[in-house]
Amino acid sequence: MRRITYREALREALREALLQDARVFLMGEDVGRYGGTYAVSKGLLEEFGPERVRDTPLSELAFVGAGIGAALGGMRPIVEVMTVNFSLLALDQIVNTAALLRHMSGGQFGVPLVIRMATGAGRQLAAQHSHSLECWYAHVPGIKVLAPATVEDARGMLAPALADPDPVILFEHAQLYNLEDDLPEPFTADIARAAVRRRGDDVTLIAYGGCLSKALQAADRLADEGIAAEVIDLRVLRPLDTDTFVESVRRTHRAVVVDEGWRSGSLAAEVLARIVEQAFYDLDAPPARVCSEEVPMPYARHLEEAALPQPAKIVDAVRGLMGRR
Amino acid sequence: MIEFKLPSLGADMDEGRLVEWKVKPGDPVKRGDVVAVVDTSKAAVDVEIWQEGIVQSLLVQPGETVPVGTVLALLSGEGEAAVVPAPAPSPARRPVSPLARKRARELGVDIERIEGTGPSGSVTEQDVARAAEASAPVDRQAQMRQAIAAAMSRSKREIPHYYLGETIPLATAAAWLTACNAERPVAERLLMAALQLKAVALACREFPDMNGFWRDGAYVASSAIHPGVAISLRSGGLIAPAIHDAADKPLGTLMRDLTDLVRRARSGSLRSSELSEPTITVTNLGDQGVESVFGVIYPPQVALVGFGRIAERPWAENGSLSIRPTVSASLSADHRVSDGHRGALFLADIRELLQHPERL
Repeated sequence: MRRITYREALREALREALLQDARVFLMGEDVGRYGGTYAVSKGLLEEFGPERVRDTPLSELAFVGAGIGAALGGMRPIVEVMTVNFSLLALDQIVNTAALLRHMSGGQFGVPLVIRMATGAGRQLAAQHSHSLECWYAHVPGIKVLAPATVEDARGMLAPALADPDPVILFEHAQLYNLEDDLPEPFTADIARAAVRRRGDDVTLIAYGGCLSKALQAADRLADEGIAAEVIDLRVLRPLDTDTFVESVRRTHRAVVVDEGWRSGSLAAEVLARIVEQAFYDLDAPPARVCSEEVPMPYARHLEEAALPQPAKIVDAVRGLMGRR
Repeated sequence: MIEFKLPSLGADMDEGRLVEWKVKPGDPVKRGDVVAVVDTSKAAVDVEIWQEGIVQSLLVQPGETVPVGTVLALLSGEGEAAVVPAPAPSPARRPVSPLARKRARELGVDIERIEGTGPSGSVTEQDVARAAEASAPVDRQAQMRQAIAAAMSRSKREIPHYYLGETIPLATAAAWLTACNAERPVAERLLMAALQLKAVALACREFPDMNGFWRDGAYVASSAIHPGVAISLRSGGLIAPAIHDAADKPLGTLMRDLTDLVRRARSGSLRSSELSEPTITVTNLGDQGVESVFGVIYPPQVALVGFGRIAERPWAENGSLSIRPTVSASLSADHRVSDGHRGALFLADIRELLQHPERL
């Protein structure tokens, strides 16, 4: 058991991958000399050299495309697209090429590519730099979408992602890099299942990424009111591990989905739809969602906080489901 | 507004649990209508209402336990602006959670009678569970034992009993009964118990100090004569519901009422008026074979008449011995209200009445 940060956990995972497999290389804006915009890859250029830790021009479409080509050519590229905000420039490469090649080649080509990107708001970066668009990628068949929300997942998810024969996108919530926690030895991390982070029988809170800690805080406050909340970390946003949260809701009979994305067409909407489809007769209250307000993310701190899901909003939603509001 | 309160259904009742409403807002009710079912420690009782009006609102929900005297519902009386309940949002669906609906079906609970406490007033699983629990059989025996214990302890603590016994010859009554029953269809045959009950009821007319209630340190005679008949229940315990106006009823009616009362007492469908109104108790343990019974008065009543086994016994009269059917009658009476002298006259009156069965 060691106490490390989420950032250190990611760096250890990258270093381990670079050490273990000569086909692995890291590529992206500022990943080399600068050590990564979030300092994740600090020291890797010095250790592994410019062949395997490559700084790229500011052209997401180009370097994601290059990563796809490398993957097709037998390499195991890890492409860092600084944040999800800039990944929109690479959408065509990700959605139209990486996700579809296996299908369009009749299974002759696979794209074993890993794309890392930061996501989320909370640091006063305003409208263009605070997106939470995980659900856009989770919409697309042909790719896996992961959202490590714990130090253990940050440390453990990269290896199975690299081992996957198809493209995998890892979303690192920008608020999590400084998260510090104990890393169990040995750590385990699959890229298939959701995880129950807290047990409870009265309501199921379903969250992922940056919202997990908010759901856990809400569960603490609810416990003071005598409401035992179960907290589920989705971890894998595509394909969704429906069984885990549906089984939980069948037991608790109430669900609140927490999602930093905008409500309309959100991942929360998909989770909620599956609950209604598969656990309708076990529901004791209409399932609820706590999402971001449907506005461009404000710059002012108080407005940004008001726009995002917060523990108080989750607590309030749960009270509503329990008829206590 | 008329307040419909939870009546006391016996001295041993402090509270009751509402099991079911038989009316809903907007329903007109008249005297004697059964409006609710209330669980006392002894039985689930059909509670009647003694006023006329239109139900406005139900204030207590099934499953709730409330003290005697609690306002259960509000009614508007005649002429009163009937606050017409918002035209029943008729077939508009009530919010019922899918789980609640499923559980209600499993538990056989009528979802329409359940008040919702969930979000937007929806019926939740918890509401269904509460309603199911309310209608679930409770440990009636233990509760009844406790109720009897409380009432009888209070009686023995507060009522200075005196006891009198009298052997009553029944040859005349038995012969009359045999002749009378010969003319009646089997289903309408009379039992000696009916004659005894009628005799006690008639005697009460002459002895108002045996028929009434001791309340708040004073005696109030009852103008009505509603003898309570002690009925032992198969599950244990006993209950003594009233036969209304027994003195005015012909024997045939009395017999029918008695049979009906025993049946309903044992099936648990007594009415509130039958439980709350006995003015004197009659207990008959003859079937069990005992010679005589000296009972404990059921407060706030002031007297109890007991009958033992009817059997042929030696009878001395005018210097000669014969064998006759007799019964041992007893009186337990409240010394605060009457004295042994009055009690003796009361018993003698009962004996005398039983010597003239044709007048009963």
